[in-house]
Amino acid sequence: MSQTHRLPNGGRVDRNKVLTFTFNGQQYKGYEGDSLAAALLANGVDIIGRSFKYSRPRGIYAAGAEEPNAVLQIGATEATQIPNVRATQQALYQGLVATSTNGWPNVNTDMMGILGKVGGKLMPPGFYYKTFMYPKSFWMTYEKYIRKAAGLGRSPTQNDPDTYDNMNHHCDVLIVGAGPAGLAAALAAARSGARVIVADEQEEFGGSLLDSRESLDGKPAMEWVAKAIAELKGLPDVKLLPRATVNGYHDHNFLTIHERLTDHLGDRAPIGQVRQRLHRVRAKRVVLATGACERPLVYGNNDVPGNMLAGAVSTYVRRYGVAPGKKLLLSTNNDHAYRVALDWLDAGQNVVAVADARSNPRGALVEEARAKGIRILTGSAVIEARGTKRVTGARVAAIDLKTHSVTSPGEWLECDLVATSGGYSPVVHLASHLGGKPTWREDILGFVPGEAPQKRVCVGGINGVYGLGDSLADGFEGGVRAASEAGFKAVEGVLPKALNQLQEATVALFHVPHEKGTARAPKQFVDLQNDVTAAAIELATREGFESVEHVKRYTALGFGTDQGKLGNVNGLAIAARSLNVTIPQMGTTMFRPNYTPVTFGAIAGRHCGHIFEPVRYTALQAWHVKQGAEFEDVGQWKRPWYFPRNGEDLHAAVKRECQAVRDSVGILDASTLGKIDIQGPDAREFLNRIYTNAWTKLDVGKARYGLMCKEDGMVFDDGVTACLADNHFVMTTTTGGAARVLQWLEIYQQTEWPELKVYFTSVTDHYATLTLSGPNSRKLLSEVTDIDLDREAFPFMTWKEGLVAGVPARVFRISFTGELSYEVNIQADYAMGVLEKIVEAGKKYNLTPYGTETMHVLRAEKGFIIVGQDTDGSMTPDDLNMGWCVGRTKPFSWLGWRGMNREDCVRDQRKQLVGLKPVNPTQWLPEGAQLVFDPKQTIPMTMVGHVTSSYAHNSLGYSFAMGVVKGGLKRIGERVFSPQADGSVIEAEIVSSVFFDPKGDRQNI
Amino acid sequence: MTTANVYQQRPDSGVKAESSLHHTNLASLTGKGRKNAGVIVREKKLLGHLTLRGDAKDPAFAEGVHKALGLELPVALSLVAKGDTSLQWMGPDEWLLIVPGGQEYAVEQALRAALVGLHISVVNVSGGQQLLELSGPNVRNVLMKSTSYDVHPDNFPVGKAIGTVFAKSQLVIRHTGEDTWELLIRRSFSDYWWLWLQDAAAEYGLSVEA
Amino acid sequence: MLHIFCPHCGELRSEEEFHASGQAHIPRPLDPNACTDKEWGDYMFFRDNPRGLHHELWNHVAGCRQFFNATRNTVTYEILETYLIGTQPQFTEQAASVAPTATREQGEKV
Repeated sequence: MSQTHRLPNGGRVDRNKVLTFTFNGQQYKGYEGDSLAAALLANGVDIIGRSFKYSRPRGIYAAGAEEPNAVLQIGATEATQIPNVRATQQALYQGLVATSTNGWPNVNTDMMGILGKVGGKLMPPGFYYKTFMYPKSFWMTYEKYIRKAAGLGRSPTQNDPDTYDNMNHHCDVLIVGAGPAGLAAALAAARSGARVIVADEQEEFGGSLLDSRESLDGKPAMEWVAKAIAELKGLPDVKLLPRATVNGYHDHNFLTIHERLTDHLGDRAPIGQVRQRLHRVRAKRVVLATGACERPLVYGNNDVPGNMLAGAVSTYVRRYGVAPGKKLLLSTNNDHAYRVALDWLDAGQNVVAVADARSNPRGALVEEARAKGIRILTGSAVIEARGTKRVTGARVAAIDLKTHSVTSPGEWLECDLVATSGGYSPVVHLASHLGGKPTWREDILGFVPGEAPQKRVCVGGINGVYGLGDSLADGFEGGVRAASEAGFKAVEGVLPKALNQLQEATVALFHVPHEKGTARAPKQFVDLQNDVTAAAIELATREGFESVEHVKRYTALGFGTDQGKLGNVNGLAIAARSLNVTIPQMGTTMFRPNYTPVTFGAIAGRHCGHIFEPVRYTALQAWHVKQGAEFEDVGQWKRPWYFPRNGEDLHAAVKRECQAVRDSVGILDASTLGKIDIQGPDAREFLNRIYTNAWTKLDVGKARYGLMCKEDGMVFDDGVTACLADNHFVMTTTTGGAARVLQWLEIYQQTEWPELKVYFTSVTDHYATLTLSGPNSRKLLSEVTDIDLDREAFPFMTWKEGLVAGVPARVFRISFTGELSYEVNIQADYAMGVLEKIVEAGKKYNLTPYGTETMHVLRAEKGFIIVGQDTDGSMTPDDLNMGWCVGRTKPFSWLGWRGMNREDCVRDQRKQLVGLKPVNPTQWLPEGAQLVFDPKQTIPMTMVGHVTSSYAHNSLGYSFAMGVVKGGLKRIGERVFSPQADGSVIEAEIVSSVFFDPKGDRQNI
Repeated sequence: MTTANVYQQRPDSGVKAESSLHHTNLASLTGKGRKNAGVIVREKKLLGHLTLRGDAKDPAFAEGVHKALGLELPVALSLVAKGDTSLQWMGPDEWLLIVPGGQEYAVEQALRAALVGLHISVVNVSGGQQLLELSGPNVRNVLMKSTSYDVHPDNFPVGKAIGTVFAKSQLVIRHTGEDTWELLIRRSFSDYWWLWLQDAAAEYGLSVEA
Repeated sequence: MLHIFCPHCGELRSEEEFHASGQAHIPRPLDPNACTDKEWGDYMFFRDNPRGLHHELWNHVAGCRQFFNATRNTVTYEILETYLIGTQPQFTEQAASVAPTATREQGEKV
């Protein structure tokens, strides 16, 4: 039978549009406009899952974001799986597939349930602390067990086929919530001409008016809502976002909104449409119109399916035309909940009774109920419900609020639905995300937003303003205030008239007493999602947890996606009574973003796949690809790593490339090196202060290698800087250090030495750099240039200007391989043409392209360091055996000089960079491997250094490495040992770090 | 004594030149996108780009720039243009001058001559960056997907130019006409920008103009 | 995500355009060689961590590439002022026993 619980009429659903869906493998029908929860209730589905700890059957409890039980897995295919979707927030669509996340093998006959209370016994409050603290090694086992039992949902194992993105907004007024207060605020703000965004988490605007009995100007309230929306839509700078949850309130009025654009349309977004969008909004003023959330009463067995928040019953009846039961028993402490009984009666259903904790309620709604013949039991409450898979009855008894006791045995009433209302809690989550402590208001028995530095206005229910007329007025006034604070002149407006009904005060009742006492009473749940009972909270306080934050962590109250929407205040009230303090003395816990779960897709936006993050290429990338290069990531750059030929692997290719450079000539794309143009009369002085070595005497036309240290004396970058003219230099930096070095220069120029006249400009992208290296590089270059390459005319460490392949170039004669080398710099636009001509001319010299790996090997053979590989931020120039690069007599105390003269930096036995030569020439020392002097020492061994660079395949013909060793420079010729994970030990000799051409003849030829 | 090393960096015509988006072969895509596309992209390539540094508070500097270029120094976050030459404020002591390709060497010499004796810097950065023009009714949406900067015309009128974060990197946005914007993109990032823009513009339709 | 007024650009910009560079007003000793190891260590490593007003050095990396200072309340995260390198803050902990609250953000256009 289909839709057994659907009422014959009513609701905002389209009964002409029947939708089919499945839940736990069973097919059902619902209507367009239903939420998944409404459709499940319409089909009489009682059990929606099993509880987290005790594995008790649970049903739909609420109708909105506060739903604690119906947290489902959605998705028709593996790729479209979404965990942790609240059925109350998911619109029904054709073909929707939902499954329970809690309870296996299925929700009706649950393994854990059969084990019964075992689950509960296993996990008393404080379980995590008591059990998981030790033994640590068991955590993996526990974790698996808990995950499965807790049913936290699962991620898809295939790529999500849909598109998610982010969008940035700026507005004058952001209005959160489109209930009566929010809409009134929106009208006020928008009419002033302000840029306004209105966001609401529900499928449509209207908030509480969507299921209200009330009228405005004598007409159904939703007519006013429709008019307001139409007016707002007509204004140019107003953006309306339904299905959009404002999830986080961040610093300086930056808020994130999670919009679900097509979640209501199907399992997949229609082609070309974005599924979800994260809006990042900067608002001058924020209007929080988040309303209030009904609070349940805490009584025995209040978790059995058929227990429901009172207001949710009205929502299902009035908004969806669904009756989630037949016989209703209402337990309340306030007037407003009486509308539920009236709605139920209007729907032709049976109201068994209303239990009102107040002794003599006389409010307008109460009188209306009375007049309609509803039985009202005053001074009473539902003490406990009965039933396992569905409520079959409940006991109503008289209670004494002062002594917190039951004063009569009471009466068992037969019913299948217990609606509960313990008053209302303003939704203060967003108002508290930045740490603003909410304030307790005894008159409304709820927390309202406290003082906060944020530029925000709170209106309506969040302020405890609950009457419709008052709420509209509060909202409008708030909208005017927000707009005028944002610089706009308010325009007057007339608000619709609401009937102001007499309402009596709510009485303070949170935890309903039981004769047996809390510990022995049937379980009284405070937090249904985390399975926290009143007894657990009392236990926590008895065990000495007095701070609300500790109680929360000890019991898991309000954890995770729940964020205390239903249980927070009740939990505080129980802890407060147990500790004999007031609720405000107890205080409240922090609320953290996000208000409801946000998909990772929406957070990532388009930053995924091929545009996950920037990839930088040089002007020669297309050529590298054509040559079949394998690439290496260097920062954001893609650099050719090696150029395999005929199926060569890395080692074979590198050996061949190394040999080609040593024997003839190779070509490297060095364009990624950072290049900084430096101009100004004080450029030279600046270099003197920023580099460790001296720059005073570097003539125009010459270049010099320099080391840079931080103030602590540790090397952080290096490179060659050339003097282009008296006031003009060009500095090169490491590829990865380019941006860092430019900032380093700027911070000292701007903040320490503004009197130095010097400007820095990055020319990294402007120039392409081609390095020709090898004994034949001169011959080759001479074929394509007009520059005189004669050894005398163009010596080592100088630069010349001229044409290369017809393009104006600056050529630097510097070497990182130890071979005769020329670095050709040309405007990047022309690099490809120049490269092609050089390659053509290079054929007869076996010109070989080489990548970063060969470059690393060749420089290591020469003992040249790579900053970041052979250094790690703890090495001075002396540690690197580069004392020759330290200007010890420079007059200005340059950056790093004071630091490297600290006692600790000049002591003996610092780790020093040396060469390491494995005794077995085929053995490769792994980079990062630790070194010891005595391999026979018992573990833990005394570690004396580590390997920084190591190459088995090179031009030398034997494996070699560089590494740091304590006092290494005085240990040349001694042995070190590197114990490996497999138990073997590699023995190596400490040698000079210069393995090849120690006199440097080859680069000088 | 020479204060700076300046040379003609552009070869004589006839030498192959490749913009940073050369590999995308935009020319072959011209006219192939959706009709009435929401976003139209046009490469403004191989222009002369010079970074100019100097003291904005020194009247001699402003006068010299005016003398050499015929342009007033633009104030913060603005752009001035005359014909195909534009001058943009980049920072309190930094401006970007864009001139037709090939003129940068002569212009640099003119600037240096007009500013002789002052502490300045002129750097040719033509090979390292280019403009990408975006026009059409949906450009603002594409920008909103990409940058946290407020691109509403109240905040970002025509003639304004700003440096900001764009997707996961940084660039300069110039508002040059009601529905026309320019992005100043760095060479090494240009492939990323092109991929990003194609993606962001997909829902509005993208077409390429020569 | 802070909203920071760049005194050079004259506008409020989103935090992601900036780079925080630590505490402001830590001048490099004029004669580092005259510093004892302790004095040098203080300059290098020791910074304030106040509950309240803090003067910080920021860099507008994605915008004008200029450094500037900011006075920020470490409790509320309000930025009370941003000011140029070489100038002094208007808001200091000494000047107000209670941390002042800015009524408007600096540079906020209303």
